[in-house]
Amino acid sequence: MREISFQKALEEAVAEEMRRDPRVILLATDFTGDPIKEFGPARVRFTPISEAVLTGMGLGAAGSGFRPIVNWRMVTFSFVAMDQIVNQASKIRYMFGGQADFPVTYRCSTGGGIGLAAQHSQSPYSMWMHLAGLKIILPSTPADAKGLLKSAIRDNNPVVSFECSRLATATGPVPDGDHLVPLGVAEVKRAGTDVTIVGLAYYVPEALAVAEELAQEGISIEVVDPRTLVPLDVETLRASVRKTGRVVIVDEAPATCSAASEIAALIAEDPETFRCLKASVRRVCALPVPVPYSPTLERAALPNREDIKAAVYEVLKESLRPL
Amino acid sequence: MALDKPQVVQMLRTMILIREFDERAIQLRVAGKIYGAVHPYVGQEAIAVGVCSNLTVSDRVTSTHRGHGHCIAKGADIRRMMAELFGRVDGYCKGKGGSMHIADFAVGMLGANGIVGGGLPIACGAALAAQLEGKGDVTVCFFGDGAAAEGEFHEALNIASVWKLPIVFVCENNQYAANNAVAVQHPGVDIAAHAGAYHMPGVIVDGNDVLEVHTATGEAVVRARRGDGPSLLECKTYRWHFHAMRNTPPAETRASDEILSWKARDPIARLEQHGLERGVLSAAEIGTIRERVKSDLEAAVAFAEQSPFPDPKDLLVDMFAD
Ligand SMILES: Cc1ncc(C[n+]2csc(CCOP(=O)(O)OP(=O)(O)O)c2C)c(N)n1
Repeated sequence: MREISFQKALEEAVAEEMRRDPRVILLATDFTGDPIKEFGPARVRFTPISEAVLTGMGLGAAGSGFRPIVNWRMVTFSFVAMDQIVNQASKIRYMFGGQADFPVTYRCSTGGGIGLAAQHSQSPYSMWMHLAGLKIILPSTPADAKGLLKSAIRDNNPVVSFECSRLATATGPVPDGDHLVPLGVAEVKRAGTDVTIVGLAYYVPEALAVAEELAQEGISIEVVDPRTLVPLDVETLRASVRKTGRVVIVDEAPATCSAASEIAALIAEDPETFRCLKASVRRVCALPVPVPYSPTLERAALPNREDIKAAVYEVLKESLRPL
Repeated sequence: MALDKPQVVQMLRTMILIREFDERAIQLRVAGKIYGAVHPYVGQEAIAVGVCSNLTVSDRVTSTHRGHGHCIAKGADIRRMMAELFGRVDGYCKGKGGSMHIADFAVGMLGANGIVGGGLPIACGAALAAQLEGKGDVTVCFFGDGAAAEGEFHEALNIASVWKLPIVFVCENNQYAANNAVAVQHPGVDIAAHAGAYHMPGVIVDGNDVLEVHTATGEAVVRARRGDGPSLLECKTYRWHFHAMRNTPPAETRASDEILSWKARDPIARLEQHGLERGVLSAAEIGTIRERVKSDLEAAVAFAEQSPFPDPKDLLVDMFAD
């Protein structure tokens, strides 16, 4: 298997799907690589900086037989297109009674940790999860990035692809050939018996690193990566928690009304899983502040390995206490 | 351009149908038979009909919150429209959309829209699809004068112009956005004035004259089909009724002489007059058209009333495609 970067894996996914299906088109204010060379200016469109119109154009073209990929670039920029995301994309199929499909993929980079301060360091997937009507992918490895994005492009619904900036240069093995990862299937990235860590995006490799360290202390961690937030594979998450009895959920969005909160609730709300819990459910998330610029402040705002470890120790300690 | 008799008859019939459909919708809403909001199109019929009479079924349109006229003019079935207003399972959206979300993708009607300006980007996407397909299809984007103050309007005109999209922007300037007159919402009275900034033709049309709307749209459609890009038509018109109603029609806030002066320019009476004068229509034929519209509407209401309500067990159906 080849080792390629997360970014390269995403580019390969797009190029392969464009080769496979002439109805796949690209709209973005800018591109990485040079897709025009291969696919021509009809299918690869440099757009004006007009996120609202290009978000809606994706829908209009999708409802008219094409499969557009709209790249917002940073999720930050998508906020000027809120009408098209919230009022149109997420609702268009349902409110028209399923008359047409809207196979559009919206791509964006997310997250902090790269010194870009508050407006450019955001992880708002839960806002989109909340809408009911958009699918959401959130890969953590190059292989998943490629496989999930290819599935998203082939999916007949609006899908938002959140691509973690801090993972862009991370490398990893990616299977050759037409590598697909289905939407709605979580993956146990490491098996363990004592504590489940549910990691999102950047915090999957971080959780794996923590698991490695804690293994030296005899603590066995299971790391689960949901990979898609909508549809969410809650069964795999619950099964892991039923096995370990302890769960720590790690993400870089603030905890309030977050994907981490939703996962915590879905775990706690299932009677069978709840009965297996030996300690309360923990979330390790960013502090509820706009992400600051100065590196000391940014580091303090976002979760780190120490925070994850501390949460693991807490759930272990709590479960030893007599009732 | 002189239209032949079948064309005039077809236009008149469609305009009367649009008017009577909405008059009927108001009655049904007052009677509590339908639900939600009604935004009547009465007074603006010449625009939907004059524009859509230039389109084929593979041309697409996007619509607004005041969309019943656009649906009918594009060829939607009034029985399924009525069933949608009644919230029944045989409605276009199986009762999930209602008045503000009627769509019929089979006839290229890509949906009414509850958001002012929301349809403009979607129309550009449909026009992009047509451009890529290269079969000469066009998209018409209907919107109100109110929408011209939204950012989406300016983004849409800009991108359509840079990419020479096959699209016709049709502004229905009925003088008001809800209860606010154009003058308090825009720096100038003409929405068409924006066209110049985006390097496209901007044409002001008498929106109460179906023939003038037909001709002006025809030129814009030919230009779009030819690959020469977008046009902006501003159709000056007036809505006869309130902006929107729920249980009862709201009190009138506009000057009565203003309303009367516009009613004197009734687009339907004008077409009838034109037909009579040219001898392509007789009073008896007009009477027959009106009778036919009445019975078609009765049939539509009956169809809607006997259609079942959707089963709540189907609440989640249609969320996602397979
Ligand atoms: C973005 C947005 N803001 C406000 C509203 C409430 N609203 C519905 S229709 C309307 C007036 C729109 O005026 P115009 O575009 O001129 O269309 P008209 O009603 O005159 O046909 C308003 C303000 C809305 N639906 N969407």
